[in-house]
Amino acid sequence: MKKVSIQFKLNGVLRQLKAAPNDTLLELLRDKLGVKSPKTGCDRGDCGTCTVFMDGRTVRACLVLAPEADGREITTLEAISKNPSPLQKEFAKRNSFQCGFCAPGIVLSATELLKKNKRPTREEIQEAIAGNLCRCTGYTPIIEAIEAVAGKRGA
Amino acid sequence: MPIACEFEYYKPKTLPEALALLAKHKGKAQALAGGTDLLVWMKEGLRSPEAVVDVKALKELKGLDLKGGALHVGARTTFAELIESKLVKEKFPLLWECSRTVASVGVRNRATLAGNICSAVPSLDSAPALLTYEAVVLVQGSKGKRDIPISQWFTGPKKTALKDGELVLGVKIPLPKKHGACYAKLGRYRGEDLAQVGVGIMALANDEYRVAFCAVGPTPMRAKRIENALNGNKLSDELICRAQELVPQEIKPISDIRSSKEYRLHMAGVMLERGLKAAAARLAGEGPAYGESVL
Ligand code: FES
Ligand code: FES
Repeated sequence: MKKVSIQFKLNGVLRQLKAAPNDTLLELLRDKLGVKSPKTGCDRGDCGTCTVFMDGRTVRACLVLAPEADGREITTLEAISKNPSPLQKEFAKRNSFQCGFCAPGIVLSATELLKKNKRPTREEIQEAIAGNLCRCTGYTPIIEAIEAVAGKRGA
Repeated sequence: MPIACEFEYYKPKTLPEALALLAKHKGKAQALAGGTDLLVWMKEGLRSPEAVVDVKALKELKGLDLKGGALHVGARTTFAELIESKLVKEKFPLLWECSRTVASVGVRNRATLAGNICSAVPSLDSAPALLTYEAVVLVQGSKGKRDIPISQWFTGPKKTALKDGELVLGVKIPLPKKHGACYAKLGRYRGEDLAQVGVGIMALANDEYRVAFCAVGPTPMRAKRIENALNGNKLSDELICRAQELVPQEIKPISDIRSSKEYRLHMAGVMLERGLKAAAARLAGEGPAYGESVL
């Protein structure tokens, strides 16, 4: 199994490394690059805890081969949190999360939603985070926070 | 779960290169598009390729456009792109509606229609739309091209008519006449789940109907007996009852972790009724908006 040379932008910084073909992007980020906001939950595409942005769209890092990152732009919660968004502040204000394991994925999914749809309905919010499982909160405080910032400037 | 099998990763820039790789690793090569099924299957040991051929650099597999009276969906086209396409929403509402029910946003951003039909799971959400629209799968092998009608594509659970060494270039969907449509999907809960039963319905002018099911047999299927009973007749509760009586002849559901056989049989009838009514209403410019569940 030949390692593959890859080059990609991670949170704005160009990274160059060799990846094993059967490494996932999630393993690459967490184990090789120390980026820990994407979490390993189900590791099979169902839970959304491993969510990252790839060229501006949310993807499941557990379902991306590391070599596929070549030439792409990967953004994780770390980059967004440098300057917390109104959405993140609203989550914090309302204590929307409990253990927080699902939070990185939900913040990214909700950020993607608000980018595409400034005024989502409750239904649309539920649909947008349907692939992000939360085992603590029952979702209500999460959905309410997204509703609260939707339509506000800079959300 | 890490991927246990070891393979070489290739990302060919041209179609001949890709086909040569598939030929060289005959039976041991796996094409990779969105990877949302393939990676899970490799993790579970259901697939252990020695070569993974990433097709995302091939320009022949790109594109989503209307030409020569048909929609060409290049094999690289994701479900997110289908959902965002006005053309798809307006002219192929059944494809649009079923695409929205595939897994979740993060999966749809990567998963492709072509990859979906190559996975060929019985619960394939896109299948009822492709079957009723009578789509054609465009396939390229080292000896040339083949067009495979979707009705001959699914040969068993996770099995297709694609031969070793062949690659799916895309899917061609003939532009249908004006129609109303409905994809009804039953899951254990709302939100992300595989279908327990899926029904796709197309209602055309002059009382013409097309009906297809997924998740209720080894492969997705068109329901011709039901169509014959419906065609040429005004939709009425009586007519729908007659169509529902034919459901057990059309589908072969099994009991599994998601549902019992009896529940699937029962719900297929209920969904047939709701779907027919919604599709007919939408044809008349009424009924629930596309994307709104009828269940
Ligand atoms: S860990 Fe990737 S979706 Fe669950
Ligand atoms: S806060 Fe614990 S999983 Fe969501």
